[in-house]
Amino acid sequence: MAARVFRGEAIIMNPADSTLFNLNETATAIWLAADGRTALRSIVERDILPAFHVDREDALRDAGQFAEDLARHAILTLRTEPEAE
Amino acid sequence: MAIRAHSAAGVRVNVVIGGTGIGVSTTTEFEEILRLQYAGFIEADSAQSIQLTVELTPPLTLDPDADIQVRGEGSRWTMERGDFHASYDSATRVGKVWQSASRQSLDSVIRIIHSLTLAEETGFLLHAASAIRGDRAFLFSGKSGAGKTTISSLAPPDVHLLTDEVSYVRNVSGRWTAFGTPFAGELARPGENRSARVEALYLLRHGSENRTELLSAASAARSILRNVLFFADDANLTRRVFDTICAFVEAVPVLELSFLPDAGVWELIH
Repeated sequence: MAARVFRGEAIIMNPADSTLFNLNETATAIWLAADGRTALRSIVERDILPAFHVDREDALRDAGQFAEDLARHAILTLRTEPEAE
Repeated sequence: MAIRAHSAAGVRVNVVIGGTGIGVSTTTEFEEILRLQYAGFIEADSAQSIQLTVELTPPLTLDPDADIQVRGEGSRWTMERGDFHASYDSATRVGKVWQSASRQSLDSVIRIIHSLTLAEETGFLLHAASAIRGDRAFLFSGKSGAGKTTISSLAPPDVHLLTDEVSYVRNVSGRWTAFGTPFAGELARPGENRSARVEALYLLRHGSENRTELLSAASAARSILRNVLFFADDANLTRRVFDTICAFVEAVPVLELSFLPDAGVWELIH
Protein backbone atom coordinates (compact mmCIF):
# COMPACT_ATOMS: atom_id res chain seq x y z
CA MET A 1 0.00 0.00 0.00
CA ALA A 2 0.99 3.58 -0.57
CA ALA A 3 -0.23 6.00 2.06
CA ARG A 4 0.24 9.51 3.35
CA VAL A 5 -1.31 11.33 6.28
CA PHE A 6 -2.11 15.02 5.80
CA ARG A 7 -3.18 16.88 8.93
CA GLY A 8 -4.68 13.78 10.47
CA GLU A 9 -6.41 12.55 7.29
CA ALA A 10 -4.95 9.59 5.44
CA ILE A 11 -5.04 8.97 1.74
CA ILE A 12 -4.30 5.38 0.82
CA MET A 13 -3.77 3.86 -2.58
CA ASN A 14 -3.63 0.25 -3.58
CA PRO A 15 -0.90 0.42 -6.26
CA ALA A 16 -2.03 -2.88 -7.76
CA ASP A 17 -5.21 -1.32 -9.11
CA SER A 18 -4.77 2.40 -8.22
CA THR A 19 -7.87 2.35 -5.99
CA LEU A 20 -7.89 5.41 -3.72
CA PHE A 21 -9.25 5.74 -0.20
CA ASN A 22 -9.57 8.90 1.82
CA LEU A 23 -9.92 8.39 5.56
CA ASN A 24 -11.34 10.97 7.93
CA GLU A 25 -9.56 11.71 11.19
CA THR A 26 -11.30 8.97 13.16
CA ALA A 27 -10.70 6.34 10.52
CA THR A 28 -7.09 7.48 10.19
CA ALA A 29 -6.56 7.11 13.93
CA ILE A 30 -7.88 3.53 13.79
CA TRP A 31 -5.82 2.67 10.73
CA LEU A 32 -2.62 4.07 12.26
CA ALA A 33 -3.24 2.18 15.50
CA ALA A 34 -3.88 -1.16 13.76
CA ASP A 35 -0.66 -2.92 14.70
CA GLY A 36 -1.80 -6.53 14.38
CA ARG A 37 -1.78 -7.05 18.15
CA THR A 38 -4.22 -4.53 19.61
CA ALA A 39 -7.89 -5.47 19.45
CA LEU A 40 -10.18 -3.10 17.59
CA ARG A 41 -12.25 -2.60 20.74
CA SER A 42 -9.10 -1.56 22.61
CA ILE A 43 -8.11 0.86 19.86
CA VAL A 44 -11.52 2.50 20.03
CA GLU A 45 -11.40 2.78 23.80
CA ARG A 46 -7.78 3.95 23.92
CA ASP A 47 -7.56 6.27 20.89
CA ILE A 48 -11.03 7.19 19.68
CA LEU A 49 -13.28 7.78 22.69
CA PRO A 50 -10.94 10.21 24.51
CA ALA A 51 -10.01 12.15 21.39
CA PHE A 52 -13.25 12.41 19.45
CA HIS A 53 -15.93 12.47 22.18
CA VAL A 54 -18.26 10.07 20.41
CA ASP A 55 -20.77 7.61 21.79
CA ARG A 56 -19.05 4.37 22.72
CA GLU A 57 -21.52 2.01 21.06
CA ASP A 58 -21.65 4.14 17.90
CA ALA A 59 -17.87 4.27 17.78
CA LEU A 60 -17.51 0.49 18.17
CA ARG A 61 -20.11 -0.18 15.49
CA ASP A 62 -18.60 2.35 13.06
CA ALA A 63 -15.09 1.05 13.70
CA GLY A 64 -16.20 -2.50 12.95
CA GLN A 65 -17.83 -1.46 9.68
CA PHE A 66 -14.80 0.59 8.74
CA ALA A 67 -12.41 -2.28 9.45
CA GLU A 68 -14.51 -4.68 7.37
CA ASP A 69 -14.63 -2.19 4.53
CA LEU A 70 -10.84 -1.77 4.49
CA ALA A 71 -10.39 -5.52 4.75
CA ARG A 72 -12.59 -6.01 1.67
CA HIS A 73 -10.13 -3.82 -0.23
CA ALA A 74 -7.10 -5.60 1.23
CA ILE A 75 -5.95 -2.49 3.07
CA LEU A 76 -6.39 -4.10 6.46
CA THR A 77 -6.27 -7.74 7.56
CA LEU A 78 -8.84 -8.80 10.14
CA ARG A 79 -7.79 -11.42 12.69
CA THR A 80 -9.58 -13.01 15.58
CA GLU A 81 -6.29 -13.52 17.43
CA PRO A 82 -3.32 -11.15 17.83
CA GLU A 83 -0.55 -11.50 15.29
CA ALA A 84 2.39 -13.52 16.60
CA GLU A 85 5.39 -11.36 17.57
CA MET B 1 15.74 26.65 -40.45
CA ALA B 2 14.59 23.06 -40.66
CA ILE B 3 16.47 20.68 -38.40
CA ARG B 4 16.85 17.38 -40.18
CA ALA B 5 18.91 14.32 -39.40
CA HIS B 6 19.11 11.16 -41.48
CA SER B 7 19.12 7.67 -40.02
CA ALA B 8 18.91 4.12 -41.26
CA ALA B 9 15.13 4.33 -41.10
CA GLY B 10 15.09 7.49 -43.19
CA VAL B 11 14.94 10.74 -41.25
CA ARG B 12 15.05 11.42 -37.55
CA VAL B 13 12.95 14.07 -35.86
CA ASN B 14 14.01 14.96 -32.31
CA VAL B 15 10.97 15.98 -30.26
CA VAL B 16 12.00 17.59 -26.96
CA ILE B 17 9.43 18.06 -24.20
CA GLY B 18 10.38 19.12 -20.69
CA GLY B 19 14.04 18.73 -21.56
CA THR B 20 13.60 15.07 -22.55
CA GLY B 21 14.18 14.34 -26.21
CA ILE B 22 12.65 11.53 -28.20
CA GLY B 23 14.39 11.05 -31.53
CA VAL B 24 11.85 9.54 -33.88
CA SER B 25 13.34 7.68 -36.83
CA THR B 26 10.82 7.41 -39.59
CA THR B 27 10.21 7.76 -43.28
CA THR B 28 10.07 11.03 -45.15
CA GLU B 29 6.40 10.23 -45.74
CA PHE B 30 5.66 10.54 -42.01
CA GLU B 31 8.21 13.27 -41.30
CA GLU B 32 6.09 16.20 -42.46
CA ILE B 33 3.18 15.06 -40.31
CA LEU B 34 5.48 15.00 -37.28
CA ARG B 35 6.92 18.43 -38.05
CA LEU B 36 3.41 19.90 -38.01
CA GLN B 37 2.35 17.94 -34.94
CA TYR B 38 5.37 18.94 -32.87
CA ALA B 39 6.05 22.41 -34.24
CA GLY B 40 8.05 24.39 -31.71
CA PHE B 41 9.30 21.25 -29.94
CA ILE B 42 11.73 19.95 -32.56
CA GLU B 43 15.37 20.47 -31.73
CA ALA B 44 18.73 19.35 -33.04
CA ASP B 45 19.39 15.64 -32.77
CA SER B 46 21.00 14.62 -29.52
CA ALA B 47 22.79 11.47 -28.35
CA GLN B 48 20.98 11.84 -25.02
CA SER B 49 17.58 11.48 -26.63
CA ILE B 50 15.41 8.42 -26.36
CA GLN B 51 15.54 6.58 -29.69
CA LEU B 52 12.26 5.52 -31.20
CA THR B 53 11.95 3.84 -34.58
CA VAL B 54 8.57 3.99 -36.24
CA GLU B 55 7.82 1.21 -38.68
CA LEU B 56 4.80 2.11 -40.75
CA THR B 57 2.37 -0.71 -41.33
CA PRO B 58 -0.98 -1.01 -43.03
CA PRO B 59 -3.67 0.30 -40.66
CA LEU B 60 -4.28 -1.98 -37.73
CA THR B 61 -7.74 -1.84 -36.21
CA LEU B 62 -8.56 1.87 -36.21
CA ASP B 63 -9.64 2.27 -32.65
CA PRO B 64 -7.69 5.06 -30.96
CA ASP B 65 -10.33 5.17 -28.22
CA ALA B 66 -9.64 1.61 -27.10
CA ASP B 67 -7.95 1.10 -23.74
CA ILE B 68 -4.18 1.38 -23.72
CA GLN B 69 -2.30 -1.62 -22.32
CA VAL B 70 1.16 -0.90 -20.90
CA ARG B 71 3.01 -3.82 -19.35
CA GLY B 72 6.53 -3.97 -18.00
CA GLU B 73 9.03 -6.62 -17.13
CA GLY B 74 12.09 -5.05 -15.62
CA SER B 75 13.02 -2.19 -17.91
CA ARG B 76 11.22 -3.65 -20.94
CA TRP B 77 7.81 -2.30 -21.75
CA THR B 78 5.17 -3.20 -24.28
CA MET B 79 2.40 -0.79 -25.22
CA GLU B 80 -0.66 -1.69 -27.20
CA ARG B 81 -3.86 -0.17 -28.40
CA GLY B 82 -6.02 -1.04 -31.36
CA ASP B 83 -4.02 1.25 -33.63
CA PHE B 84 -0.42 0.60 -32.54
CA HIS B 85 1.99 -1.82 -30.92
CA ALA B 86 5.24 -0.62 -29.34
CA SER B 87 8.16 -1.87 -27.30
CA TYR B 88 10.47 0.27 -25.20
CA ASP B 89 13.45 -0.41 -22.95
CA SER B 90 13.77 2.30 -20.29
CA ALA B 91 17.33 1.16 -19.47
CA THR B 92 18.72 1.52 -22.99
CA ARG B 93 16.15 4.23 -23.88
CA VAL B 94 15.44 2.55 -27.19
CA GLY B 95 12.04 1.62 -28.57
CA LYS B 96 10.12 0.65 -31.67
CA VAL B 97 6.59 1.37 -32.82
CA TRP B 98 4.49 -0.45 -35.37
CA GLN B 99 1.65 1.73 -36.60
CA SER B 100 0.11 3.35 -39.63
CA ALA B 101 1.02 6.94 -40.57
CA SER B 102 -1.24 8.26 -37.82
CA ARG B 103 -0.08 11.21 -35.73
CA GLN B 104 -2.54 10.16 -33.00
CA SER B 105 -0.89 6.77 -32.61
CA LEU B 106 2.64 8.12 -32.24
CA ASP B 107 1.40 10.89 -29.95
CA SER B 108 0.03 8.25 -27.59
CA VAL B 109 3.31 6.33 -27.55
CA ILE B 110 5.23 9.53 -26.83
CA ARG B 111 2.87 10.38 -23.96
CA ILE B 112 3.30 6.90 -22.48
CA ILE B 113 7.10 7.08 -22.68
CA HIS B 114 7.09 10.50 -21.02
CA SER B 115 4.78 9.21 -18.28
CA LEU B 116 7.20 6.32 -17.60
CA THR B 117 10.22 8.61 -17.67
CA LEU B 118 8.61 11.20 -15.42
CA ALA B 119 7.52 8.58 -12.88
CA GLU B 120 11.20 7.87 -12.28
CA GLU B 121 12.13 11.57 -12.19
CA THR B 122 9.65 13.01 -9.65
CA GLY B 123 7.29 14.29 -12.27
CA PHE B 124 3.97 13.56 -13.93
CA LEU B 125 1.70 14.23 -16.87
CA LEU B 126 -1.66 15.67 -15.89
CA HIS B 127 -4.98 16.16 -17.63
CA ALA B 128 -4.64 19.93 -17.32
CA ALA B 129 -4.27 23.12 -19.24
CA SER B 130 -1.34 25.23 -18.09
CA ALA B 131 -0.11 28.72 -18.69
CA ILE B 132 2.56 31.18 -17.64
CA ARG B 133 1.57 34.58 -16.34
CA GLY B 134 4.34 36.86 -15.17
CA ASP B 135 7.11 34.43 -14.37
CA ARG B 136 4.93 31.75 -12.77
CA ALA B 137 2.98 28.80 -14.12
CA PHE B 138 -0.64 27.94 -13.32
CA LEU B 139 -2.27 24.56 -13.90
CA PHE B 140 -5.99 24.04 -14.63
CA SER B 141 -6.93 20.41 -14.16
CA GLY B 142 -10.04 18.48 -15.01
CA LYS B 143 -11.39 15.71 -17.18
CA SER B 144 -12.96 16.30 -20.57
CA GLY B 145 -15.64 18.96 -20.35
CA ALA B 146 -14.29 20.52 -17.16
CA GLY B 147 -13.23 23.68 -18.99
CA LYS B 148 -9.55 23.28 -19.88
CA THR B 149 -10.02 24.53 -23.41
CA THR B 150 -12.49 27.20 -22.31
CA ILE B 151 -10.15 28.75 -19.78
CA SER B 152 -7.28 28.51 -22.27
CA SER B 153 -9.26 30.31 -24.96
CA LEU B 154 -10.21 33.07 -22.48
CA ALA B 155 -6.58 33.80 -21.56
CA PRO B 156 -5.60 37.46 -21.89
CA PRO B 157 -2.69 38.51 -24.16
CA ASP B 158 -0.09 38.55 -21.37
CA VAL B 159 -0.58 34.81 -20.80
CA HIS B 160 1.59 32.18 -22.49
CA LEU B 161 -0.29 28.93 -22.99
CA LEU B 162 1.73 25.79 -22.30
CA THR B 163 -1.05 23.39 -23.30
CA ASP B 164 -4.83 23.15 -23.25
CA GLU B 165 -4.86 19.39 -22.65
CA VAL B 166 -1.87 17.62 -21.06
CA SER B 167 0.51 19.37 -18.69
CA TYR B 168 4.07 18.29 -18.00
CA VAL B 169 5.25 18.85 -14.43
CA ARG B 170 8.58 17.94 -12.92
CA ASN B 171 10.52 18.81 -9.80
CA VAL B 172 13.63 20.64 -10.96
CA SER B 173 16.16 21.29 -8.19
CA GLY B 174 13.42 21.43 -5.57
CA ARG B 175 11.05 23.59 -7.61
CA TRP B 176 7.88 22.24 -9.21
CA THR B 177 8.12 23.34 -12.80
CA ALA B 178 5.57 23.22 -15.63
CA PHE B 179 6.77 22.82 -19.20
CA GLY B 180 4.99 23.50 -22.45
CA THR B 181 3.79 20.48 -24.41
CA PRO B 182 2.64 19.87 -27.97
CA PHE B 183 -0.22 17.75 -26.59
CA ALA B 184 -3.21 19.72 -27.81
CA GLY B 185 -6.86 19.45 -26.97
CA GLU B 186 -9.74 21.18 -28.69
CA LEU B 187 -7.60 24.26 -29.40
CA ALA B 188 -5.75 21.97 -31.82
CA ARG B 189 -2.47 23.82 -31.54
CA PRO B 190 0.70 23.02 -29.61
CA GLY B 191 1.56 24.95 -26.48
CA GLU B 192 4.50 27.31 -26.20
CA ASN B 193 7.84 25.66 -25.55
CA ARG B 194 8.76 27.40 -22.31
CA SER B 195 8.68 26.64 -18.60
CA ALA B 196 8.15 28.27 -15.22
CA ARG B 197 7.83 27.48 -11.56
CA VAL B 198 4.32 26.34 -10.61
CA GLU B 199 2.49 28.89 -8.48
CA ALA B 200 -0.85 27.09 -8.06
CA LEU B 201 -3.03 24.33 -9.41
CA TYR B 202 -6.74 24.91 -9.97
CA LEU B 203 -9.31 22.13 -10.20
CA LEU B 204 -11.86 23.35 -12.70
CA ARG B 205 -15.59 23.36 -12.08
CA HIS B 206 -18.31 25.18 -13.96
CA GLY B 207 -20.10 27.54 -11.58
CA SER B 208 -22.46 30.48 -11.33
CA GLU B 209 -19.67 32.87 -10.33
CA ASN B 210 -15.91 33.12 -10.45
CA ARG B 211 -14.40 32.07 -7.14
CA THR B 212 -11.66 29.95 -5.65
CA GLU B 213 -11.52 27.76 -2.58
CA LEU B 214 -8.32 26.31 -1.12
CA LEU B 215 -8.48 22.52 -0.78
CA SER B 216 -6.98 20.40 1.96
CA ALA B 217 -3.88 18.48 0.93
CA ALA B 218 -5.71 15.15 1.21
CA SER B 219 -8.57 16.33 -0.97
CA ALA B 220 -6.13 17.88 -3.45
CA ALA B 221 -4.05 14.71 -3.70
CA ARG B 222 -7.13 12.58 -4.33
CA SER B 223 -8.40 14.90 -7.07
CA ILE B 224 -5.04 15.22 -8.79
CA LEU B 225 -4.37 11.48 -8.71
CA ARG B 226 -7.61 10.96 -10.64
CA ASN B 227 -6.34 13.26 -13.38
CA VAL B 228 -2.78 11.97 -13.68
CA LEU B 229 -1.93 10.26 -16.96
CA PHE B 230 -0.25 7.05 -16.00
CA PHE B 231 -0.89 3.95 -18.04
CA ALA B 232 1.55 1.34 -16.78
CA ASP B 233 0.42 -1.73 -14.92
CA ASP B 234 3.33 -1.49 -12.48
CA ALA B 235 2.86 -1.25 -8.72
CA ASN B 236 6.30 0.20 -7.97
CA LEU B 237 6.01 3.04 -10.46
CA THR B 238 2.41 3.66 -9.42
CA ARG B 239 3.62 4.03 -5.84
CA ARG B 240 6.24 6.53 -7.02
CA VAL B 241 3.61 8.58 -8.80
CA PHE B 242 1.54 8.54 -5.61
CA ASP B 243 4.51 9.81 -3.59
CA THR B 244 5.22 12.48 -6.20
CA ILE B 245 1.66 13.82 -6.07
CA CYS B 246 1.72 13.83 -2.26
CA ALA B 247 4.95 15.84 -2.33
CA PHE B 248 3.45 18.20 -4.91
CA VAL B 249 0.34 19.03 -2.84
CA GLU B 250 2.50 19.70 0.19
CA ALA B 251 4.41 22.35 -1.75
CA VAL B 252 1.89 23.87 -4.17
CA PRO B 253 -1.49 25.39 -3.28
CA VAL B 254 -4.39 23.53 -4.88
CA LEU B 255 -7.69 25.37 -5.23
CA GLU B 256 -11.07 24.58 -6.66
CA LEU B 257 -11.89 27.17 -9.30
CA SER B 258 -15.57 27.64 -10.06
CA PHE B 259 -15.92 29.82 -13.08
CA LEU B 260 -18.19 31.34 -15.66
CA PRO B 261 -17.11 31.17 -19.28
CA ASP B 262 -15.97 34.80 -19.41
CA ALA B 263 -12.57 36.45 -19.36
CA GLY B 264 -13.17 37.80 -15.85
CA VAL B 265 -12.02 34.48 -14.42
CA TRP B 266 -8.46 35.43 -15.26
CA GLU B 267 -8.65 38.25 -12.71
CA LEU B 268 -8.36 35.49 -10.09
CA ILE B 269 -5.23 34.02 -11.68
CA HIS B 270 -2.10 35.82 -10.64
